[in-house]
Amino acid sequence: MKHIITVLVENRPGVLARIVGLISGRGFNIDSLNVAATQDPTVSRMTIQVPGDDRVLEQVTKQLNKLVDIIKVSDLTTERFLDREMIVVKVAAPPAKRTEIKELAGLLKAQIVSVQAESMILEMTGSQERVAEFIGLLKPYKLLDVSRSGVIAIAKGDVNGRSQDVAGADQKK
Amino acid sequence: MRTGAKCVMDSLEQAGVKVVFGLPGGSVLDLFSELYHAPFKFVLTRHEQGATHMADGYARATGEVGCCMVTSGPGATNTVTGLATAHMDGIPMVCICGQVPSHMIGNDAFQEADTTGITRAVTKHNYLVKNVDELPRIIAEAFYVASSGKPGPVLIDIPKDVQRAKTSATFSGPVEMRGYKPAAKGHPKQIARLAEAIKKARKPLLYVGGGVIAGNASAELTALARKAVLPVTTTLMGLGAFPETDPLCLRMLGMHGSVAANRAVTACDLLIAVGARFDDRVTGKVAEFAPHADIAHIDIDPSTISKSVQVDIPVVGDVKLVLRELIAQVEAVDRSEWMAQIAAWGKEFPFEYDRKSKELLPQCVIEKVYELTKGEAIIVTDVGQHQMWCAHFYKYTRPRTFISSGGLGTMGFGLPAAIGAQMGRPGATVVNISGDGGIQMNIQELVVAVEHKLPVKVVILNNGYLGMVRQWQEMFYKKEYSASRLGQTDRAANEKIGHRPDVYLPDFVKIAEAHGALGLRAETVEETVRALREALETPGPAVVECIVKPGENVYPMVPPGASLTEMVHSMA
Repeated sequence: MKHIITVLVENRPGVLARIVGLISGRGFNIDSLNVAATQDPTVSRMTIQVPGDDRVLEQVTKQLNKLVDIIKVSDLTTERFLDREMIVVKVAAPPAKRTEIKELAGLLKAQIVSVQAESMILEMTGSQERVAEFIGLLKPYKLLDVSRSGVIAIAKGDVNGRSQDVAGADQKK
Repeated sequence: MRTGAKCVMDSLEQAGVKVVFGLPGGSVLDLFSELYHAPFKFVLTRHEQGATHMADGYARATGEVGCCMVTSGPGATNTVTGLATAHMDGIPMVCICGQVPSHMIGNDAFQEADTTGITRAVTKHNYLVKNVDELPRIIAEAFYVASSGKPGPVLIDIPKDVQRAKTSATFSGPVEMRGYKPAAKGHPKQIARLAEAIKKARKPLLYVGGGVIAGNASAELTALARKAVLPVTTTLMGLGAFPETDPLCLRMLGMHGSVAANRAVTACDLLIAVGARFDDRVTGKVAEFAPHADIAHIDIDPSTISKSVQVDIPVVGDVKLVLRELIAQVEAVDRSEWMAQIAAWGKEFPFEYDRKSKELLPQCVIEKVYELTKGEAIIVTDVGQHQMWCAHFYKYTRPRTFISSGGLGTMGFGLPAAIGAQMGRPGATVVNISGDGGIQMNIQELVVAVEHKLPVKVVILNNGYLGMVRQWQEMFYKKEYSASRLGQTDRAANEKIGHRPDVYLPDFVKIAEAHGALGLRAETVEETVRALREALETPGPAVVECIVKPGENVYPMVPPGASLTEMVHSMA
């Protein structure tokens, strides 16, 4: 099972190394990791996707909480949240296939951001589920290169933290 | 306006530092130039590792934050073992390192090391100071982080230009850190649940670790155990948290624990861990640890809860405060059957050795130290067989009287830690008991004891082996004593030395004398008693080398990975 942990940290040099070191030093894996400042420039948000069962996650969360530079850790998988990932794909697109790919891009709400003689670059943003579907549908056209941002996520609800609204239909697992 | 270096000295004074251990070098000359005028004592060690263990021993003996100061590069890397030792055992320490000037960081400058990078995993927290204005706040934070929550070492790396830069910044507290809020009071509902469980338990057991000593909660623990009639077993780190002379005490548990303690763990119906962390040396095979018990765990560090053993009643909070609440809610329960069972185990299987042995046995030496110091000494050990025998044959009745590297198992810890302990507790009798292997790892620090006229007594149990390695090789590695023989006879073929085969090197008596300490050697029980007496009566430091039986093993023993029920009592 994959968990998405979001971590608010002091925006200081070395904090990323501290977190990555802790996770790898304790033998946990990282699927993806994303860092950027929040609305408060002294605070950064990291979104970390970690595989593992609930017990592993409990340990990761507790160990992260121990770090002095970490302000807050939440396992979003236990609440209502919104996840997004951005993907850019370079796909083989000889002139004969362009129209077909263009049509598919339109259906998937992807942007065509570059067209070369034999290839195209498509950009798409969506939930991890939709990104996976996108890749699956493009596979028959030969993917030349793929670059993904890794997942970013945010809790739903009115306050920072646990969601206040009732369980909704679009909760992701 | 003052320099960064002056800020450091002022902040250390403000933090109540009484003594700093360390060694200077190029990148800390500005700090040392200010240190020249500082109001606190400085102890010049002979190796930075020695400085860290002294600061550590000082902290363990006093409960105050230990402080050391070293230079960049090799000075800083030499602190790694000492920091890791303190980190594993939760010992409050602040280590100040010099660093090359800011503009040279990352250039592979002379004596440059990525100190904060290297020490990240072995400190509770560390800082690289980039701006002199932050220095007063950072030092205050460092002392706060080191001493609060689960204590630990904090390192502050200060580039040379920051030491020289001027600032008008001051810091008068209190420390506010949004990412660091250690737990204080335990949750009342959890405490009530635990009190209820204690009332209902027929066979409860307190399993006590170093957290009770770190949290200065020995009095509360003792009161709880006596009020609710709870037998107590302690970890190595917990020795002294509860008087071992008390009938409720089952002594140490785990790999080299007592039969009574390990049987009680297996039989109990409620195990209450207090300031302990279910270390693998304590639990043995986790799946068979305390199989019939509900497990409660009181600890200030939430991350230790359910880390290796699933806990039924967690109570996160300051041990002292939680125990106080608990005492008020428990009552005396008749547990005479359980107590009789425990007493019977204790009587049947005490820690024992062959008292008729013709050769001098290490256990006997420790028992003599116990008798001659009336059980009132601070015992500081290295790591290995002697460490376990110190746990078996000396009874600790007060906290901070057994000092040992528990988690990391650092050989070479004993002598410098004893020096630090004696610095902090000048009136106490401090005895460092080491093996002939461990003592050689930091023996250069003996000169510090001599210089400062510290009456540290060093007892070397010389069996000519890295004894615990030898024991494991005897028991689990076909008696092939690879590289465990320190003496020169009976070595493996590829370790044999052609010349002078019968000489044991070094001569510890001469080493003691060369450092200016009294050196004595004993080969029999009578000589041991005489030598110990003379050493204890000597005002300065003394080294007593006891030539003990080489093949003696530590028993009982739970083989690694086995359950606590599978105790080995002898090789026979």
